Amino acid sequence: MAIDTKTVARVAHLARIALPEDRQESLASELDAIVAWVEQLSEVDTDNVQPMSSVVEMTALWREDKVTDGGYPEKVVANAPDPVGDFFAVPKVVE
Amino acid sequence: MSDLLDLSLSEASAGLRDKEFTALELTEAYLAAMDKTKALNGYITETPDQARAMAAASDKRLSAGTAGALEGIPLGVKDLFCTEGVLTTAASHILDGFKPQYESTVSSKLWSAGAVLLGKTNLDEFAMGSSNTTSYYGPVRNPWQDKTDPDKALVPGGSSGGSAAVVAARSALASVGTDTGGSIRQPAALTGTVGIRPTYGRCSRWGIVAFASSLDQAGCFSRTVRDGSIMLGAMAGHDPKDSTSANIAVPDFQAALDKGVKGLRIGIPKEYRLKSLADEIDDLWQRGIDWLRAAGAEIVDITLPHTKYALPTYYIIAPAEASSNLARYDGVRYGLRSDGKTLDEMYANTRYDGFGDEVQRRVLIGTYVLSAGYYDAYYLKAQKVRTRIAEDFRNAWSQCDVILTPATPSAAFGVNDKQDDPIQMYLNDVFTVTVNLAGLPGISIPSGLDPKGLPLGLQLIGRPFDEETLLQAGQALEDAAGFTAVAGLRA
Repeated sequence: MAIDTKTVARVAHLARIALPEDRQESLASELDAIVAWVEQLSEVDTDNVQPMSSVVEMTALWREDKVTDGGYPEKVVANAPDPVGDFFAVPKVVE
Repeated sequence: MSDLLDLSLSEASAGLRDKEFTALELTEAYLAAMDKTKALNGYITETPDQARAMAAASDKRLSAGTAGALEGIPLGVKDLFCTEGVLTTAASHILDGFKPQYESTVSSKLWSAGAVLLGKTNLDEFAMGSSNTTSYYGPVRNPWQDKTDPDKALVPGGSSGGSAAVVAARSALASVGTDTGGSIRQPAALTGTVGIRPTYGRCSRWGIVAFASSLDQAGCFSRTVRDGSIMLGAMAGHDPKDSTSANIAVPDFQAALDKGVKGLRIGIPKEYRLKSLADEIDDLWQRGIDWLRAAGAEIVDITLPHTKYALPTYYIIAPAEASSNLARYDGVRYGLRSDGKTLDEMYANTRYDGFGDEVQRRVLIGTYVLSAGYYDAYYLKAQKVRTRIAEDFRNAWSQCDVILTPATPSAAFGVNDKQDDPIQMYLNDVFTVTVNLAGLPGISIPSGLDPKGLPLGLQLIGRPFDEETLLQAGQALEDAAGFTAVAGLRA
């Protein structure tokens, strides 16, 4: 099995999801089945094939480097769960 | 008012212009229909006050002779589009209470064209699903019924299940959705509606809650191909706020509809003839081929050799992009916040409490395939296979103008079926997902009923930015199919 509970715990930490231990086992087997299924891509010959970077051919547009929007902090924080004035507030990170 | 509900979008537009009824009367008829069909759970948020105000404004513009292309037309909008001051949930607990301070480009274009917002339609959480059963706000019931078991609740497909169901149930005249792997075409097929996913870049993605940015594209549901072409014309166009939106002119899509298919080359990809294909799907496909041939098209056998790798490719790329896009839901800027002693704990608790099982599964897969040591083996490999899938189509376009395939491997299934095995659920998109990987336009057209009386759809696929030929063939298919059946649980 490529994905065991240890891997699930590691990936859950990377993804910042507080996965309880009793969910790790079932997720490990589900994720393992999905990964085993996508392994079939190894059959495809992709030597000298460029990875797709843009799905339609288009030239990136340039624009002048200037501020075109903003100046409304009250709108920016309007949906914040716990704003303090015009700031987002979070649990203390520095002792 | 049921006669008002019977009108197509183009018929309703004509009626409004000829003063046969007012926009307010039309909107009231749809608001009543929404009440009548509430049990289907097609809407997450209904906006009746806003709808009446918008309809009254439409009546003024109709009187003043300044009506837009969608003047007075009542629409449902997938709850993935940000709507200013109106709750926008993505059907996720994590966006609790989120009222955007801005309007998505596509929806603002609809309002500029005079359309009326009836409400925000239900969907799979963050558009991740093919059955609308992963919504935090509960599943949507398909208004169609299995005639051998009419009480069994069937899914409308997904992820735009609400948008599909409300059009089929006649609780919206048309609706807007998004299509990342089949999320418009698959539910359209399962609900007997027309579903259009335009070329990647045809419509702006600005203000749409992002799932997989290289695959997502806005589109629409309607009762007829003509109605869909009117909707698409209003939604499409370049937007400086989306650098992937195409800076090319939007053609008059309706002008293409009456050209017929004489001389058009229709490609039939042999790889879509799966061994496991149900007889009724195979028969439907053959009927579609016969219809288009009889209408004067030339049928050409084509090959898309990498088709079988499309779903596994999708299930690397889409979760990878989703895991990045969904990193922003951390309890800081909007939506749900769960307690935690530290900032990290607050993030992790919020994301565990706020995301449903399928979303967590995909974020974890995406994080895994992008993590150190696995990136080349999974993500880079998938992007290379994606190049080969797109090449298959480019090669096919030298032999044909449009491709005809089934839209789905089956008709609507039960709300409680297929839940155990994620891969079984993913297979619903086997015929639609290639289009997303190659960035092409596709349309699903109701084309027949299965033995249980449930609708089935055929899919047409077009060249990039050639929605006109796609719609032209779509109109011919619609004319030949003559699909007139209606859902039992409609208003």
